[in-house]
Amino acid sequence: MSPVLGEAPARLPARLPVRVPVRFRHLLAAEWIKLWSLRSASWVLGVGALTVIGINVNSAASNADRLAHQTQRPPEPPMGGQDRPEFLFDPLHTAFVDPAWQLFMIIAAAVGAIVVFGEYTSGLIRTTFAAVPDRRAVIAAKVTVVSAVMLALGTLVSGTSFGVTQVLLRDHGGLSLGDPGALRAVVAGALLAPLCALVGMAVGAAVRHAAGSVVTVVGLLLLLPALFQGERYRWVKEIGNAMPLSAWQRLVTNPERAHDLGRYPLTVTEAWIVYGAWTAAAVAVAVLVVRRRDV
Amino acid sequence: MDTVIEATELIKRYGETTAVDRLSFTVRPGVVTGFLGPNGAGKTTTLRMVLGLNRPTGGTVTVDGQPFGDRPRGLRHVGALLDAHDVHGGRTARAHLTALAVGNGLPRRRVAEVLAEVGMADAAGRRIGGFSLGMKQRLGIAAALLGDPPVLLFDEPLNGLDPEGVRWVRNLFGRLAGEGRTVLVSSHLMREMEQTAEELIVIGRGRLIAAESLRDFAARGRELRVSVRTPDADALAGVLAQQGAVVRAEPGGTYTVTGLSADRIGELAFAHGMRLHELSPHPGSLEEAFMELTAESVEYAAGAAR
Ligand SMILES: Nc1ncnc2c1ncn2[C@@H]1O[C@H](COP(=O)(O)OP(=O)(O)O)[C@@H](O)[C@H]1O
Ligand SMILES: [Mg+2]
Repeated sequence: MSPVLGEAPARLPARLPVRVPVRFRHLLAAEWIKLWSLRSASWVLGVGALTVIGINVNSAASNADRLAHQTQRPPEPPMGGQDRPEFLFDPLHTAFVDPAWQLFMIIAAAVGAIVVFGEYTSGLIRTTFAAVPDRRAVIAAKVTVVSAVMLALGTLVSGTSFGVTQVLLRDHGGLSLGDPGALRAVVAGALLAPLCALVGMAVGAAVRHAAGSVVTVVGLLLLLPALFQGERYRWVKEIGNAMPLSAWQRLVTNPERAHDLGRYPLTVTEAWIVYGAWTAAAVAVAVLVVRRRDV
Repeated sequence: MDTVIEATELIKRYGETTAVDRLSFTVRPGVVTGFLGPNGAGKTTTLRMVLGLNRPTGGTVTVDGQPFGDRPRGLRHVGALLDAHDVHGGRTARAHLTALAVGNGLPRRRVAEVLAEVGMADAAGRRIGGFSLGMKQRLGIAAALLGDPPVLLFDEPLNGLDPEGVRWVRNLFGRLAGEGRTVLVSSHLMREMEQTAEELIVIGRGRLIAAESLRDFAARGRELRVSVRTPDADALAGVLAQQGAVVRAEPGGTYTVTGLSADRIGELAFAHGMRLHELSPHPGSLEEAFMELTAESVEYAAGAAR
């Protein structure tokens, strides 16, 4: 279709007030519109959230099945082992299945990265910065909107995963939020999404390429913690401990079950500090890196 | 005469390449100013520096007395279309413009107004990814008009437009300038400027070549080529060559002289006692004047538009 030309009016149809107020909330509204006007963003987020919840619920359902089956047989625990906590079923763990949450991390990080590098790879960033020369304000708005959406999504996924799995496991020690460690685990799960999205945004702003951003963010969030493992060298373990994945794993660990935390374990406080430090660093990188560079 | 855009000793280097080289110029309101130069001359780079998108290696450029990049919001001050592809193909035209308008605190009704203005009201709900280049140009122009700005910048805006579109854009530019706005339009084709611009800024290899009215520029073209017929050809050619002119023999016994005016050739012939049987200046086209001026600065003789 070729566009229909309007009869050119003698002057622009509307004159605007000379001074338009400058408000940060205008930028928030703009970023909100930008996020939801991309079909891909809502799809990835929706499908991702459902997948993660699905995996967790499925794990709870099959555990419930297995446990129900077991109780029909006379229990035959290993010698003197039935009371040792590590042999007890951990219902909290079924809400926080590792691979499901790693997938969630990648989805959150990818969406964060796409929101930023998508502006660069499309060239939209030039239109954006010509319209709003205050680059830091643009990025701050983007960071705020994406974090808020991710926090909502994280809360939904974490809360639903916990709620549904624990209901399914109600006959096998299913927990409620008031139980020790439960609320902490749900909050740590909810915060994981905005944390990873921010890391994705920082990487997207620094790398500004699609493939490069995704590879970097996966490396940062999943490969590094896999690399820095083992307890042979303390410094290796400590670096591994400083990763968001390790912090999350620590925070969703059920304190009622004495999981072996190994040597040089993270404390809960340290795990929260890791969360905070990564968040702060990601925001700082995202905001600083756009300031001076040519676009 | 008031100045709205002012570039002073502007320099931009990319590694070894000097894209813009101590470029100074001013742009005033109320007329369309053509920003002309062959591909690779540095037009886009200059416009990006005007908008604060690229940081100058040296020098300054201001819009209304201050660097544009220092303003918190831009649309109310400068409307720009640098590259029609600088959009996200996944959004609709309406969503794209709404985000821009809302971010600048402009009323949402502006979106429908500017879309109607550029003849795209029917395409508002369609994804930009499916637009032709011409439609993207219109969308870019719509975005530039959102803030009803006093200054407008367009980088090669006629690319991809059909003849009707070109006519429409020319009318629009003329009207915007007629309303007292500052309108700067770049092109690598003189013929695009001929019916569009009143003032010209011509650059080549990042340097200023000319900054004058289109009329003055056209006057240069008039003196471009002179046909001469003379029985004293060899002697005259020697004299003219000494004055820096280029003399070329044409079939049929005439000579074409470039680089000297007809008046000057006549005077030189008289001074040396040579006979002229014909002396006729050819009104060279603006395009020729432009080619002549920028010949030395053309980077790629057959370069693609950038
Ligand atoms: N980002 C860049 N990196 C390196 N060189 C560049 C870059 N942008 C432009 N150039 C070079 O600067 C010169 C001017 O380019 P440009 O401003 O696009 O010219 P024009 O718009 O007049 O065609 C060219 O030689 C071009 O190759
Ligand atoms: Mg160009």
